[in-house]
Amino acid sequence: MSAALKTDSFDVAAIRNDFPILSQTVHGKKFVYLDSGASAQKPRAVIDAMVHVMEAQYANVHRGLHWMSERTSDAYEAVRDKTAKFLNAAGRDEIIFTRNATESINLIAYTYGRASLQPGDAIVVSEMEHHANIVPWQMLRDSHGVELRIVKITDAGEVDFASLEEKFADGKVKLLAVTHMSNVLGTYTPVERLAKFAHQRGAKILLDGCQAVVHRQVDVQAIDADFYVFSGHKLYGPTGIGVLYAKREILEAMPPFLGGGDMISSVTYERSSWAKPPYRFEAGTPAIIETIGLGAAIDYVEAIGFPAIAVHERALTDHALAVLSNIGGLHILGSAQDRGGVISFTMDDVHAHDIATLLDRQGIAVRAGHHCAEPLMGRLGVTSTARASFGVYTTMEDIDALAAGLLRVKQVFA
Amino acid sequence: MSETAELYQTIIMDRTKNPRHAGKPAKFNHEGHGDNPMCGDRIHVYVADDGTQVNHESRGCAIMIASAELMADAVAGLTFDEVVESRRAFEAMINSGTPNPVLGDLNALSGVSEYRSRIRCATLPWSALADALEGAK
Repeated sequence: MSAALKTDSFDVAAIRNDFPILSQTVHGKKFVYLDSGASAQKPRAVIDAMVHVMEAQYANVHRGLHWMSERTSDAYEAVRDKTAKFLNAAGRDEIIFTRNATESINLIAYTYGRASLQPGDAIVVSEMEHHANIVPWQMLRDSHGVELRIVKITDAGEVDFASLEEKFADGKVKLLAVTHMSNVLGTYTPVERLAKFAHQRGAKILLDGCQAVVHRQVDVQAIDADFYVFSGHKLYGPTGIGVLYAKREILEAMPPFLGGGDMISSVTYERSSWAKPPYRFEAGTPAIIETIGLGAAIDYVEAIGFPAIAVHERALTDHALAVLSNIGGLHILGSAQDRGGVISFTMDDVHAHDIATLLDRQGIAVRAGHHCAEPLMGRLGVTSTARASFGVYTTMEDIDALAAGLLRVKQVFA
Repeated sequence: MSETAELYQTIIMDRTKNPRHAGKPAKFNHEGHGDNPMCGDRIHVYVADDGTQVNHESRGCAIMIASAELMADAVAGLTFDEVVESRRAFEAMINSGTPNPVLGDLNALSGVSEYRSRIRCATLPWSALADALEGAK
């Protein structure tokens, strides 16, 4: 059943050679990494780019009048251009660097949320959100008096548009905040349709792109997204760097998030005035090395190309759904029409943590637990699941190893 | 199955599948609760004073349920002070991975020490029991 995936433009063996960690063994077994949805491994190009900054091209950015600082500032700002192009933003000043997607969403809640939403306005999130797209809105609700509404998903794991109509019916909704791809179900949401739906009703749309941005070409202008967020570390980049995209006119009206250096245009003891976006939202010395790592990660993914990544992911997902469905007592969560390389499952009479530990002993890394989506677990009627998630380096053999590993789990619990 | 033998031993699997102390008893004096928010595991223990008889209602992984069962075996008839002593010895064994002869069958769980993330599964029943005994004071 297994077949090495090889297309003209996609050589998975060559890609695996780019990731030094994949040659490791775990418990004396070949390392099968199926937890890229939590955090992806890093290619040599990213590692080298970060080492190069520290060895040859490092100083603080935007400050020094010296050669090294200017070169470092250029390298840092080049990543903003690259990221703008990566998302097809209208301009580089629409890209703000944060620590991660969680910080991006908190930034929006804290600034846009407090300045542009009024008590009595409503925010809608879906039943399949990560805690990062729930908790900041709860905090805003509690401090600012906005209402938080939850749009239902169908049993297949898709946004329920009838429920969405209902949530928007009274005209109070000003923001729709939804995932672009569920970190539990692998569902891609119909983002163009959702954006149109929100805009026709006078609301803005925020998309959590943490999972989607790894697998698909994202065009924020084609989607007509008002806000789009993602983390560098799931995109084969380093931890500590995230991205917030927002439309220029929205950013210009937003007050600052954190105060400090770099985000001001002038400071006196009486008052300070704010820099223009994006710098207004980047107080203090940024994650320079990590940002440059993100730039290398974007280059790496674009060199492979999203069309090839999509073919690879489709093949892996189809294969995984087929082989996992053949395992008696195993239940795959969700059955969305448009789904990608994230598959959660449960097994009769075996707790997800036992699945993960038994797989780990065979060198196979999966995630188990509630995946930072406890409300979704409640909706699905489970307390925890095991999850396999794929990256560009995932092979058909990895999935076959998972299936074989799960059969052994079944034996232990038989 | 050698790679899993050290943790998922027969005694653990047997007690997970065929628990002897599961369910709420008709008569009990104290109760305590344990939750693991990381995985949604939860356990409620019921303690009868006449010699420490422990029953449990559990929802969780094999390690947690087996630990609850072996704990109930181990503390039967002990005084509360002896239970506290057993818990201390159990936690030392689970953290070090070194079996302790006084712990008897509980040593079947010593392999858990290799899995830092699973130690909480094995110690959760003991936390719930401590919670119950706290109420008894």
